[in-house]
Amino acid sequence: MLIVVACFIARSKDLMVTVILFSIYGLLCASFFMLMDAVDVAFTEAAVGAGISPLLMLITLASVGRFQQAGRYPVVLIGFIGAVLGGLLVWATLGMPMFGDALAPVHQHVAPRYIEESGVEVGVPNIVTSVLASYRAFDTLGEVVVIFTAGVGVLSLLGGGSYQKRFLIDRIIDREEHKILRVVSKILIPPILLFALYVQFHGDYGPGGGFQAGVIFAAGVVLYTLFFGLKVVQQVISEMSVRVLAALGVLLYGCVGLVSLLKGHNYLDYYALAANPKTGQHLGILVIELGVGITVASVMILFFYTFARNFGGRGAVS
Amino acid sequence: MFSHLAILQVVVPLMGAPACFMLGKARLTWLMSLLISVVTCAISIGLLLQVYQQGPISYALGGWQAPWGIEYRIDIINAYMLLIVSAMGALVLLAAKDTALTDIDEHRRPLFYVAYLLCLAGLLGIAATGDAFNVFVFLEISSLSMYCLIALNKDRRALWAAFRYLIVGTIGATFILIGIGYLYMMTGTLNMQDLAQRLPAIADNNAVISAYAFIMVGVGLKLALFPLHYWLPNAYTHAPNLVTAFLAATATKVAVYLVIRFNFFVFSPSWADFIQLGNHVLLILGSVAVLWASWIAIRQTDIKRLLAYSSVAQIGYMVMGIGMSSLLSLQASLLHLFNHALMKGGLFLVLATIALRLGSVDTSQLRGLAQRMPLTFWAFVIGGLSLIGMPATAGFISKWYLVQAAIEQQSWLLVAVVLAGSALAAIYVWKVVEVFWFTDKNTASNTRHLSQPQVPVTMSIAMWLLIIANVYFGIDTRLPVTLSEMGAQLLSGAS
Repeated sequence: MLIVVACFIARSKDLMVTVILFSIYGLLCASFFMLMDAVDVAFTEAAVGAGISPLLMLITLASVGRFQQAGRYPVVLIGFIGAVLGGLLVWATLGMPMFGDALAPVHQHVAPRYIEESGVEVGVPNIVTSVLASYRAFDTLGEVVVIFTAGVGVLSLLGGGSYQKRFLIDRIIDREEHKILRVVSKILIPPILLFALYVQFHGDYGPGGGFQAGVIFAAGVVLYTLFFGLKVVQQVISEMSVRVLAALGVLLYGCVGLVSLLKGHNYLDYYALAANPKTGQHLGILVIELGVGITVASVMILFFYTFARNFGGRGAVS
Repeated sequence: MFSHLAILQVVVPLMGAPACFMLGKARLTWLMSLLISVVTCAISIGLLLQVYQQGPISYALGGWQAPWGIEYRIDIINAYMLLIVSAMGALVLLAAKDTALTDIDEHRRPLFYVAYLLCLAGLLGIAATGDAFNVFVFLEISSLSMYCLIALNKDRRALWAAFRYLIVGTIGATFILIGIGYLYMMTGTLNMQDLAQRLPAIADNNAVISAYAFIMVGVGLKLALFPLHYWLPNAYTHAPNLVTAFLAATATKVAVYLVIRFNFFVFSPSWADFIQLGNHVLLILGSVAVLWASWIAIRQTDIKRLLAYSSVAQIGYMVMGIGMSSLLSLQASLLHLFNHALMKGGLFLVLATIALRLGSVDTSQLRGLAQRMPLTFWAFVIGGLSLIGMPATAGFISKWYLVQAAIEQQSWLLVAVVLAGSALAAIYVWKVVEVFWFTDKNTASNTRHLSQPQVPVTMSIAMWLLIIANVYFGIDTRLPVTLSEMGAQLLSGAS
C-alpha cells in the first residue's frame, strides 16, 4: 500500500490531492512501524507525518495555489538513476540476514548488553529509552539540536516581517458553521494534552518520551488554534515564550551534561547526578526527556505560528 | 578540565547557539558568538597540543565505553581538522560584525549568528566523533543550518539556491544514512574502530559493498565532487558574502575529511582490491574536476561564481591526492585542505569587503578598483597568487607535494593535470585582476557619488590575517607540513 500511495503522489498534478495522499502515507507508515514493534516511532510518525506536516503544506498551498505548473524533466536520466538505485538496493538485500533471524549480527554484538544489562546499569524498564537517553544520549542531544536548528531556519526565512492584523485562520473560523467542530474539539483537546504529559513522564516504563510527547502536545495546541483562532491561542502561549522555550529545552539538556562535567565525570554521565547510580540515571533521563519535550513542542508550535502568520494572505481557501 | 577538552570543543558552540538565540540584539549576539568561537578555537589548539604530545585521545560520552556508548576519538587528523574549522570559524566571525552584514535583513541578523554557531558546532562534531551515526546527526545539524545561512541573503535567488542545495544535500544525507544503516545491520556496531575490525570478515557481502557505494556517493554530494557539484556554484554565488567565505573555508573540507576517514579507516582494512578501484575512480574524477571546473571558471563573469568553480577545481586536487593514496599524496591532500581554507577564506573575505564598500560585486562596478581601494586590490592579488600556486605562497606548497607524489608514481599525466590546472587558475585570476586594474571612465564617474559605508576594522583585520597567513605558511611551512606528515603516516599505517 505504501508503494501504491507513493506512486500516486508522484503522478498527481493536483497539489491538494498530493498533500492529502502524503497524510495517508504518514498514517500508513505509522501503522507499518506498529507492525514492526517500533511503537515509539509510530507515535511520532502519526503526529508529524499524518498530522502537522500535511497541515503546514495545506497552509502553504493556500497562498501558492493548488495546481502544479507543467514542467519538463529529463525523464530518461531520472529513470536511469532510479533504476540503478533500485537495483543496488535490491542487490544489497541479497546479502542481508533473513528478517527476524536471531543470529543476525545486530543481535550478536552490542544489543545483548543493552537487553541484558540495561535494567541493572540504567534501571529503566524500557530498553529503547535507556539506549536513546543514556547509552547514546549524545546522539539524542544532537537530534534535539537538529529540531532547534529547523526552528531557527523557519524563523530566519519566515520570521519577522509584517504582522497582519487579522490572520487568515481567524477569518475562516469566525463563521458560525464550525460550532459542532468546536464543541467536539473542546472534548478532545484536554485528553490529548493529558496524554502528551503521560507519554512524557511514562517514557521510562512504556513506549514514549520527549519526542513523542512534544509532537502530541503540539498537535493538541495546533488543533485548538484551528478551531479557535491564532489570536486566542497566542494570548495563552505567545510566540515569544515559544521561542525562549525552544532554546531553553536544548539548554536544559546540555546543562545536564555540564553538571556531570563539573562533578568530574564525563559529559552526560548520569551517575554523577546522584549518589545512588540508579537514581542518578533515572534523574538524568527524566530531565533530558523534559528538555526534549519542551524543545520539540515549542518548535512545532513555532512552525505552525510562523506558517499561519505568513501564508494565506490571498484567501485562496474558502 | 583538560581531560574534557574533546567534548567541550563541540559542546561550547552547540550550547552557545541557543544561548545566543535568547539574546535578540544583533550587536550583543555578535560579541557573544565571537567570544564562543574564540574559546572554541583556543580549545582546538589545546587539543592539538595534547594529541601531538600524548597521542590519540578517546573520550567516552556518558561514561559508556565504546562500542556501547558514543566515543569521541581525536587523533592527529581530527585535531588538525578541528583546528582548521574552528580557526576559520573564528576569523570569519570576526569579520562578520553586524554592520558588515549588509546583505542580510536587519531583523534576521541575530539569527545569522545562531545558525552560524550551529553550523560550526555541526562541522566540529563531524570532525571530532568516532561514531558513524553521530557523524550523521552532526551532518544534519551543519547542513540544516547551512541551508538557512544561504537563504538569509536579501537576494531572492538565494532562496532558490538554498532550496536546490537542500534537495541535493538531503539526498546525500539519506544515502549516508542508508550506508550507515547497512553497516549496522551487518556488523551490529556503529563505532568506527569497531567497524574497521569487524568488516573484514564479511567484506564481500553485497550489503557491505552497497554501504560503501552509498556512503561514498552521499559524501561526494556534500563534497561537490565533480559530477555531483551542481549545487555548489549557485549556493556560493547567492549566499551572503561572509557565509560564502565560511562555507568555502570549512564545509567542503569536512566532507573531504569524511572521505578520508571512511576510505582509509573504516573500509580500508576490509578489501584492498575494491578500495583500489574506488581510489582510481576518485583519481579520475578529481583530475576531471581540476581541468573542467577551471575551464568553466575562466568563462564566468560573476567573480563569486568564478571563485566557486575554482573551489570545485581545488576540491579536485584534494581528491586526486586521496586517489593516488601514497604517503606523499595523502600529505599533499591534507596540506591542501589547510592551504585552500586559507586562500579561499581570504579571497572571499576580500570580496565581502569590496561588496560592502561598493554595494555589489558586479564586474561593471569593479572596474578601476585598483585605484579606489589599492590595499584591498593587493590583498586579492596575493590571495590569487596563492590560488595559482606561486612559490612563496601557501598554495605552492601543497601543489609541490602533489607533483612530487605524481612523479614518485611516475604518472606524468597527473603532473600535467596539476600544471594545467595551475595555468588555468593563472588565467582566471588574471581575468579578475585585469578588470580591477583597468578603469572604465563611465562607471568610475558613476560610482563616485555613491555612499560608501565604513568597513568595520575587525573585518579588515580578519581579511589581512588570512592574506598574510597565505604568505607566512608559504615560507614557514613547519606547522602544516609536520601535522600533515603525521596524519599521512597514520593513514598509510591504517591501510
